[in-house]
Amino acid sequence: MAKTLFEKVWDAHVVVPETTDTPAVLYVDLHLVHEVTSPQAFSELRERGLQLRRPDRMLATLDHSTPTLPTNADGSRPYANAEAQAQVTQLETNCREFGVELHGWDSADRGIVHVIGPELGATQPGMTIVCGDSHTSTHGAFGALAFGIGTTEVGHVMATQCLLQRKPKTMAIHVDGQLPAGISAKDLILHIIGTIGVDGGTGYVLEYRGAAIEALSMDERMTVCNMSIEAGARAGLIAPDDTAFAWLKGRPRTPQGAAWDAAVATWRALRSDDGATYDREVRIDANAVKPTVTYGTHPGMAIAMDAPVPAATNAQEHRALDYMQSKPGQPMQGTPVDVVFVGSCTNSRLSDLREAANVLRGRRVADGVRMLVVPGSEAVRRDAEREGLHQVFTAAGAEWRVPGCSMCIAMNGDLAQPGQLVVSTSNRNFEGRQGKGARTVLASPATAAASALAGRIADPREYLVEAA
Amino acid sequence: MKPITRIHSRTAVLADENIDTDRIIPARFLTTTTREGLGKLCFHDWRYRADGSDNPAFPLNQPQAQGCSIVVAGRNFGCGSSREHAPWALLDYGVQAVLCSEIADIFRGNALKNGLLAIVIDELEHRWLLKHPGIELVIDVREQFIALPDGGRISFRLEPFARHCLLNGVDQLGYLLQHSDAISHYEQSEKAA
Ligand code: SF4
Repeated sequence: MAKTLFEKVWDAHVVVPETTDTPAVLYVDLHLVHEVTSPQAFSELRERGLQLRRPDRMLATLDHSTPTLPTNADGSRPYANAEAQAQVTQLETNCREFGVELHGWDSADRGIVHVIGPELGATQPGMTIVCGDSHTSTHGAFGALAFGIGTTEVGHVMATQCLLQRKPKTMAIHVDGQLPAGISAKDLILHIIGTIGVDGGTGYVLEYRGAAIEALSMDERMTVCNMSIEAGARAGLIAPDDTAFAWLKGRPRTPQGAAWDAAVATWRALRSDDGATYDREVRIDANAVKPTVTYGTHPGMAIAMDAPVPAATNAQEHRALDYMQSKPGQPMQGTPVDVVFVGSCTNSRLSDLREAANVLRGRRVADGVRMLVVPGSEAVRRDAEREGLHQVFTAAGAEWRVPGCSMCIAMNGDLAQPGQLVVSTSNRNFEGRQGKGARTVLASPATAAASALAGRIADPREYLVEAA
Repeated sequence: MKPITRIHSRTAVLADENIDTDRIIPARFLTTTTREGLGKLCFHDWRYRADGSDNPAFPLNQPQAQGCSIVVAGRNFGCGSSREHAPWALLDYGVQAVLCSEIADIFRGNALKNGLLAIVIDELEHRWLLKHPGIELVIDVREQFIALPDGGRISFRLEPFARHCLLNGVDQLGYLLQHSDAISHYEQSEKAA
């Protein structure tokens, strides 16, 4: 029978099939770990006297609570508070004690968990990948079934390398046509979430397909899959192709030599068969996508920046518009900006930084605007510095930081003040996400950079045309 | 986990839709390394005013909401971050059940694993409950219904395994560990492949 990509990956990982009474036991190939959602799971293991079943299938990093400013003169790190530091120390201790590979402060590869997994080649097509983090969906860009889990499940995977799962439904998102010039993958995914809604994907695994998806680079595919969770879907998938294989080839954890060729041959079968059926299908026209931003307090409240903000239709939407100070009938374009953040697992890879730098080059961030650029990993930082992007940012008046989650989640001390408006390349515009009372507008790196220059939400194409 | 068969309480209503886990427990409190004591942080930025006093506009601060352990919430409760700190905080705050017409996947799984009844009900009944805060309900996990004061019933369906675990206090990790042989077998066949 014709199978979807999701079904192929799922079927290959079923250890015990599901029944009416019990969920499937599903094998996990790669378990990613960070400091925030793992301590209680390690404690549980200790209390029960259990070991890790497969420490070789785990990979840990420090990213959420870590400062993005360099070390102090005395070599200490400028942690936001003692708890943040204790949490980091706890993961270091846990990894040492349980024998887990940790990309900590001394690693040349440390970075945001969803950036370094692919960079190290730990993320591979056809795998099942989990992490105590909802943006694990990012890894679906490589045709891996990747999803976020809670801390109890982190403990399950640690002890058994398996999860108890019910098979989700499937949804195909066909993206036809071609993204117009100057429009990025971020605009596309915001447009998709604005179309299907913040809960449109609940209960489904999304498969993005069609000409516009095949044309995306791996960085762009990761941006798209990353935000699947913002439509309620736990996972998003894209069939791996030559673009994916070329990107992965030669990375540290990928197979080498003849084993590489064998792996690619297997991976080529990872696509939905002709005639495979989905529980739901949605069509999106890439040609119609414009620079897209959010105007409310969840990622489904997204529109083209030049379109009028819709009037509130219920109490929640009123509350959201009040919080954001967004005005129905007026476009978001032109709204004054206080802070601009370029970073997060959605948009902190080299191509994202290039996109922002292309807009900023030779220009200055508007007076009164604070701009932070936080690379996703040490590797991205090195590559960016080799190209001199850091100089473009600092010359423009932006801050160039050390890798981490930073203002995406604002738990490391990088945050906005109450009432400030942040144009952010991250993935969540929830109330208080970037600091208590802070207002977040999600956007692409190019839009973020253009808005930093203008001091107002601005269309990056104006700057790109001038530069060309 | 203690077995849970019934919950008896008046309802409190949090009518907002899309209440995300950042709102249930803001990220800056996630530097904790334990699961205890998060109740005082639950809904922190909504529940307290800047000076630390209770915000009277927060529905669960209202006198009639005191002592209620069943919350009727707006659609898509628990969306966003996968943090299990959200159900930990709700339970520690005294919430034992959340009723909603749609609950975000990861949150629902996390909640049920911790004995927080995350229950999906029909839209019509959900709308009715949202409009009638403070009514006395009995949630029966075994028979999968909610009893209304007038004798009416709202039925619901829990995933059978989650329900079994709730009723019998089953430890899911213990259950998974029973499959060790099958897991070893899978690993070996995978190597062979
Ligand atoms: S960058 Fe943001 S979304 Fe990504 S892992 Fe870090 S906190 Fe989560």
